[in-house]
Amino acid sequence: MSFLLPCPNCGPRDVNEFVFAGEISVRPQGPPSLRELGSYVYFRRNVAGIQREWWFHRFGCESWFQAERDTRTNEVLTTELVAPSKNAPPAPQAAATPDTPAT
Amino acid sequence: MRLPPQQGERLNRDRQFPFLFDGKPVHAFDGDTVASALFASGRRVFSRSFKYHRPRGLLCCSGHCPNCLLQIDGVPSVRACMEPAREGAVVKAQNVLGSLDRDLMSVVDKVGGPFLPVGFYYRTMMRPRRAWPIYERFLRSAAGLGRIDKHGRRTHRFDTEHRRAEVLVIGGGASGIAAAQEAADAGRQVVLVDDGLGEAAHIASAPFEVLSPARAIGIYEGGLVAVAAGSVLYRFRAERIVVATGTIEQPLLFPGNDLVGVMLSGGARRLIEQWSLRPGERAVVLATGGETIADDLRRAGTDVARVFEIGDQAPEEIVARGRKGRVSSVAIDGEKVECDLLVMSGGRQPAYSLLSQAGAKIEYDAGRGIFVPRGLPAGVEAAGSVTGERGQVVQPAPAYSGKGKCFVCICEDVTRKDVKRALAEGFDSIELAKRYTAVTMGPCQGRLCHLPSIRLFAGETGMGLGALGTTTARPPWAPVSLGLLAGRGHEPARRTSIHHRHEELGARMMWTGDWRRVHSYGDPAAEVRAVHEAVGVIDVSTLGKLLVSGPDAVPFLERLYPNRFADLRVGRVRYGVLGTDAGRIMDDGTIGRLAEEEFYVTTTSTGAGVVLEWFRWWNAVWGFDVEVVNLTGALAAVNVAGPHARELLGRLTTLDCSVEAFTYLDAKRAHVAGVPCLLLRIGFVGELGYELHFPSSYGEYLWDTLLDRGADLGTRPFGLEAQRILRLEKQHLIVGQDTDSESNTLDANMAWLVKFDKDDFVGKWALEHMQERGARERLVGFEMDDGVVPLEGGQVVVDGRPAGRVTSARWSELLGKAIGLAWVPPDLAEEGSRLEIRVDGGLEQASVRLRAFHDPEGARQRS
Repeated sequence: MSFLLPCPNCGPRDVNEFVFAGEISVRPQGPPSLRELGSYVYFRRNVAGIQREWWFHRFGCESWFQAERDTRTNEVLTTELVAPSKNAPPAPQAAATPDTPAT
Repeated sequence: MRLPPQQGERLNRDRQFPFLFDGKPVHAFDGDTVASALFASGRRVFSRSFKYHRPRGLLCCSGHCPNCLLQIDGVPSVRACMEPAREGAVVKAQNVLGSLDRDLMSVVDKVGGPFLPVGFYYRTMMRPRRAWPIYERFLRSAAGLGRIDKHGRRTHRFDTEHRRAEVLVIGGGASGIAAAQEAADAGRQVVLVDDGLGEAAHIASAPFEVLSPARAIGIYEGGLVAVAAGSVLYRFRAERIVVATGTIEQPLLFPGNDLVGVMLSGGARRLIEQWSLRPGERAVVLATGGETIADDLRRAGTDVARVFEIGDQAPEEIVARGRKGRVSSVAIDGEKVECDLLVMSGGRQPAYSLLSQAGAKIEYDAGRGIFVPRGLPAGVEAAGSVTGERGQVVQPAPAYSGKGKCFVCICEDVTRKDVKRALAEGFDSIELAKRYTAVTMGPCQGRLCHLPSIRLFAGETGMGLGALGTTTARPPWAPVSLGLLAGRGHEPARRTSIHHRHEELGARMMWTGDWRRVHSYGDPAAEVRAVHEAVGVIDVSTLGKLLVSGPDAVPFLERLYPNRFADLRVGRVRYGVLGTDAGRIMDDGTIGRLAEEEFYVTTTSTGAGVVLEWFRWWNAVWGFDVEVVNLTGALAAVNVAGPHARELLGRLTTLDCSVEAFTYLDAKRAHVAGVPCLLLRIGFVGELGYELHFPSSYGEYLWDTLLDRGADLGTRPFGLEAQRILRLEKQHLIVGQDTDSESNTLDANMAWLVKFDKDDFVGKWALEHMQERGARERLVGFEMDDGVVPLEGGQVVVDGRPAGRVTSARWSELLGKAIGLAWVPPDLAEEGSRLEIRVDGGLEQASVRLRAFHDPEGARQRS
C-alpha cells in the first residue's frame, strides 16, 4: 500500500502515517440479542467496492476520521471528521462505533 | 589496446589509475567502467554460468545480462559494465572454483549436462529427506551468484529520501530528455532519472534536475516511484510520470549462442563508441539491417567476414562453435565462417515493465512481433520507443536448429531442451513453465529471455503469442541492494529519565515494547527481600499516564470501563480494567480522581499509545466534553515499597503520611524532597507502598535522594524480575502476561469490578452473556508439590489430556515454594484442587490456591 490519504486536518499524506481500523460497524442502540451481538463484534461486510472505514492519523494530528475508499483500487473518495452523537438519535452513518483495538 | 578517440568517447585519457582484479593490477582511464577496463586489458571471460559453469563474456554492456557480474569491494553480483572503475577497487570473480579461466566446476558442463535437466533437484534429491541439508549445501556452493560475508556489517550508510516532483521522467535517452525539456519549458518542476547509459548526465545546464546514475526500481500505487541512486533510495511522489525506458535488444536462440564473443549489436557498439575498444578481430553479423552494424565494426578496424540478414524465411540453421568456450566459427545453413566475434540482434522489445507495474495492459503486436503497452493509467505516459510504435520490425525464428546447447535463459542456464521437457511434462501455461524452468527468474529478470522464451513457447506449442500472454512484471525493475531497501540502521528505544542511573548501578536491561527497563540489579532474590523487609524502589516511569479532564469526565470513563467512577471521591484511586465490546481484557491500570472533573489514568507500560487511541476513538463518536492528554513522557514515576517506606517518605515530605491521614488507595499531591509529586498509595507488590509521579526532569535527583536518604533503612532498587515475584506472591495479574486476547474480566476473577447495573459500558453486553453462559476457564494460583518451577506457557494436564496453561511461574524464597498462575477448567477452580503440570516431558503435581500466597488479608499493603 502506498496511496495517499487526505487527512481532514493535514491534507494528503502517505498512508503509512495512518492507522487503519477497519470498516465501520454499527453498535447496537440497546441490549442486542446474542446473534446481533455476535454479528456486531465478529462479522464484517468485507466489500469489494466502496467501503466506509476508520482511520487514525498517528504520525500527524492524532485525529480519528472516516474515509470512503474503493477497496479494489484504493481510491479514496472522501474523508471527514465524524459528527459526535452522544445524545441525539444518531444518523445511520454516525452510529458507527469503533469496536476493535487500534493496534 | 585502445582505438584512437572515437566520437562520443567517455574517457579522460589524462587520468589513469590501477585497480585489482583477482589480485593483479589492471589499468583504467577515468570514465572507464570496470568491464571496459578489463576488456581493454585483454580479458574476455568475465563470469561462469549459474549451473554449467560455462565461460561467459560481455554480451549487452548495458546492465541487463548476468555475464559481467563480479564481486567489487566485497559487494557480490555487481554489473561490471555499469560500475565506474575506481582507483584501488578490489574486484574478484564469483561462482568459480579455481579461476575464471580454469574453473574446476566447469566439469558440470562436460558430464552433467544430460543429468542435470530442468527441475532435476526437485526429483532426484527428494530422498532420503535427511540428506537434503547435504544436497543443499552442495547446490548452494555449486550454483551461485557470488558470496556475501555472513559476518559482515553494514558497509554503507543507506538513506531514504521522500521527494515530490511535478513531472518525473524515467529514462535519459533522447525521448526522455525531450519530454523533460518540454515539461520544463511549460514551467513544471521536472526530475529526470537516468541510468547512466543515456546522454542526460552530460547535458550542460539543463533546465531540469538530473539524477544520474539512478534507476527507477518500481512504480507503486498513488504515483509512488522508488528510485535507487547509489546509497540513497528516493521515494518520489509525482503528479505526472513519463516513462521513457526505451527498448532492450533481444538475443537470437541458436546452439552456441552463449559463447564468449557472441555479442548483442548494442554491446559491441558501446565498446567502440564509449570506450574506444575493438570488440573483435573478425566478425560475423546476424541481424536485420546488419550492414549499418557492420559499418560501425569496420570503422573500429574489425574485419567483417559476413553479414547475414535475419528474415522470415532464412536462415534456418545457425550453429556457433567454440574453442575453450570462445566462439571460433559459425555455420549458417551449412556455410561455415571463421570468426572471433559474432554480433547478433533479434530485434528490440520495449522495456515496458514499469508501465505494466503502473497498470498498463501488455498486448502482443503481431505486426511488429513484440509486446507493447496499452491503456496507460491516468498520470502515466510513455515516450519514445518504449511505446513500441517505432523502430525496425524483426521477426526471427523462435529458435534456430542445430546441434549443441541453445540457451533460452543465460541467467539460469535454461536451454531449449529444458523448455521442451517442461512442456512434455505438462507445464503448458507460461506462468507455470516460468516457475518450473526458472526462465526469466534470474538476474536479468526477463530482459533478455522474456520475449525469446514466449516466442519459443508459442513455437513449440503452436499457440499464438497473443493468446499466450506474458508473465507479470513486478518490482524491482532494476537490481537493488537489500541494504538500500532496509535504509539506515536504527532500533528505536525509549529510555526513562532515570535510565543512566540504572546503567551506573550495573542493571541488566530488557525490552518491554519500545521501552528499556531494568530486569534486575544482579540479585533479584535480594531485591525481593528488601521490599519485604525494608524498602525497595523501582522505576515505573514507563507506565502510561493520561490526564482525563472536562465536565463529562465521569460519564466518559464510566462508558469505557466496567467500573463505576461517579462514586469515586476526590483524592481516591481505583483499579480498573479496560475491555472491548467482545468482553475481552485490553489493558489495566489505576484511575485516581484529582478533582471533580479531573482523573489521572495509568495504563500498562506497552499500552499507553493503544489506550490513548482507544479513548479518542470512542470519543470521536460519543463527543463527550473531555480532554485526554498523554503525560507518559512528561512524568517520571517511582514506586517506593516496603515496611519502612513510610519512614523514608516522612524524611522527605511534610505531608502527614500516617495510616489515618494517608490510607490505602489515597491520591495526594505533595512536595517530596522539594519535587512536586502526585502520590498514589497502591500496592502492586503487596507491601506498604507509594507510587510517586513527578516531572521527568527531576528523575535522577529524586531517585538519588530516595536511595541516599534511605540507605540506613536498607533501601535498594529493584527490577522487573523482583516485581514479578512479588506480585505473583499476591496473585496480581499482568495484562498480556496472564491474559491474552481471549481473556475476559469475569473468568480472570475480577467480577467485583464489573457494574452490570450501569446503563451501558464497552463490553457490557458480551460480559452479560458470558455471565449467563458461565466460565469456560478460570485464572487461578497454584503451588507445586516438589518445588519445580514450570515453564511459562507450560501445559496443565487433567486425566492425561491438556486442559489449561501456566501463564506465570516463579520460585518464591519467602514462601519456599514454586508458585504461579494458570488457566484451568472451571471445575478445578477450587481451593486445593489437584493439577498436573508438564515439566520437561514429565508430569509434576500441584495444588490450586485461590487466595494470595502472601498476606491474603492485605494487611501489609494497607498498613
